[in-house]
Amino acid sequence: MLLAVIIFNFILLSLVPGDIADTLAGESGGASQEVMDDIRRTYGLDRPFHIQLATYVGKVLQGDLGTSYYFNLPVTELILGRVAPTLLLVVTALVLAILIGTLFGVIASRKPNKLFSHFVTVLALVGFSAPVFWTAFLLIVLFVAMLEIMPLSGLVDPTTPRGTLAWYLDVLHHLFLPVLSLSSIYLAAYSRLARASMMDVLGSDYIRTARAKGLGETTVTYKHALRNAVIPVITIAGLQFSHIFSGAVVVETVFTWPGLGTLAFESILRGDTPTIMGILFFSAMIVIIVNLLTDIAYRVVDPRIRSARNA
Amino acid sequence: MQTAAPLLEVEGLEVEFRTRQGIARVLDGVTLSLKPGQTLGIVGESGCGKSMTALSIMRLVPTPPGRIGAGAVRLKGENLLQASEARMREVRGKDISMIFQEPMTSLNPVYSIGDQIAETVRLHERLSRRASLERAVNMLKAVHIPAAERRVREFPHQMSGGMRQRVMIAMALACRPSVLIADEPTTALDVTVQAQVFDLLKEMQEKTGTAIILISHDMGAIAEMADRVIVMYAGRVVEEAATDEILESPKHPYTRGLIACVPHMEEQPPPERGALTEIPGVVPSLAALGAGCSFAPRCSHADDLCRRQAPQPFTVGTDRRTACWLYDEPGAP
Repeated sequence: MLLAVIIFNFILLSLVPGDIADTLAGESGGASQEVMDDIRRTYGLDRPFHIQLATYVGKVLQGDLGTSYYFNLPVTELILGRVAPTLLLVVTALVLAILIGTLFGVIASRKPNKLFSHFVTVLALVGFSAPVFWTAFLLIVLFVAMLEIMPLSGLVDPTTPRGTLAWYLDVLHHLFLPVLSLSSIYLAAYSRLARASMMDVLGSDYIRTARAKGLGETTVTYKHALRNAVIPVITIAGLQFSHIFSGAVVVETVFTWPGLGTLAFESILRGDTPTIMGILFFSAMIVIIVNLLTDIAYRVVDPRIRSARNA
Repeated sequence: MQTAAPLLEVEGLEVEFRTRQGIARVLDGVTLSLKPGQTLGIVGESGCGKSMTALSIMRLVPTPPGRIGAGAVRLKGENLLQASEARMREVRGKDISMIFQEPMTSLNPVYSIGDQIAETVRLHERLSRRASLERAVNMLKAVHIPAAERRVREFPHQMSGGMRQRVMIAMALACRPSVLIADEPTTALDVTVQAQVFDLLKEMQEKTGTAIILISHDMGAIAEMADRVIVMYAGRVVEEAATDEILESPKHPYTRGLIACVPHMEEQPPPERGALTEIPGVVPSLAALGAGCSFAPRCSHADDLCRRQAPQPFTVGTDRRTACWLYDEPGAP
């Protein structure tokens, strides 16, 4: 599976016209054919395609993702340096979206014709149809330009001493807007999904049984219904985790958040093939890990899956 | 038995549903009474209001669109229709329990059956987790589930339909309710399993002395289980009598039709009647009921009076009632 991803990425990026020699030559304002050939030789680009591919796959399997053309640093090191801010952003956004979205959906499902339920429907529509970068700019206009209570960009104010409590708080402060813009879209999706799923479950026979047992509405909703209703939410969350990475590229770029998204975006502009391939490989790995986590979450929530796998 | 005070009395119960076609009166003046330890059968076609009667007693009618308009439901003299929602939660599962038609979907798939039985016990009797689980095991043993200690940790999907209905019965009886409402408890089960479930209900009734309201469209099941029967049609009680009386001499034309419809295992059905009998026509739309008897359009005895005015239940003999003008003869007992 991972091997297929590596090979596919490699082939795909080889099809892109222009190579590192063109880029370097372009940046230094032109170079002779000899210099270009020399560069190509240094990076092994003069060798036949299948040899290049085999070399790359061999190296990746040993844990070496190659060296960035631009930074002249090992790609692995480069990615690991950028991964924490991205995970912080993506995981916070997704967790918030799932928790708040599900809560909204549950509240809306209990009174499907009340004001709050309509509010959730409208919120879902707006959140889902507004592009992330647009939401991000609107938030910047509101919080940074008009209210002036939020920092515009970056991970942290560089004057704050690293590692102190103030530093962590400052990171949170900087995190607020990116997370808000990134989670808006997903919040909308989860509230809608949870609402539909809850309404479905609340109409089922075992909910009637729970009520006939004399349980109160709160127990019925949060114990008997919610646990069944989150099963589709888990499915979608697992699928969307990979999707939210692409959203992160946009949000990180808008807020110059020093994460993988910014790195990916800039590396594409620079034609830094090893870095792009490294990031793609890394995100593929994350998707696989998340799928595994999704499966585990399923087993925790739904006993039917537990026994089906054990049998 | 005849002299005992009624445990549960339903009087003039009216339930309406708002539909697109207008207001449908799904229950119209339903009256019944249940004595301790007795089994009362409710029969009728689909949509006649049997299940709605049960849900109204439990006050579980979905509102809106439903609304309990008038009447009284008295449990040991207390009118449940005027009780608070908190009081109703005490009653449900403790004084009145219910089992449903669909054992496959009536248990929550994500909790073990032990947890689901114990939950009721913990709620109503404030027992500890351990004590209530013990009760769950004992209840499973009582309903003849083999290896109850192991089964108590299993989940609904690991059990067959018959087993699940046993679990439902165990759950319903875990707090020793005085009334058990069984809404078509065997309709979704195999015939052989049906008999087992009925035997179990009888056995549990003997052990616990609980009164049962058995809802069914199956005259055979009613004949086997019930002491008294009420027959419902289009939201009204059309006949009420002891089971033997109703089987031997049904009074209301609808009841007669129902009993004639029960298939018989005969070598040679009489030539004037095929192997299967039916009542001609269909149940009318509840939103479009006129002033007359709702069975009149399908009744061979119907006359102008029937179409103009709905009959009130007339007492026939000593202890039976029927809502049909045929029994309004002057001087009739």
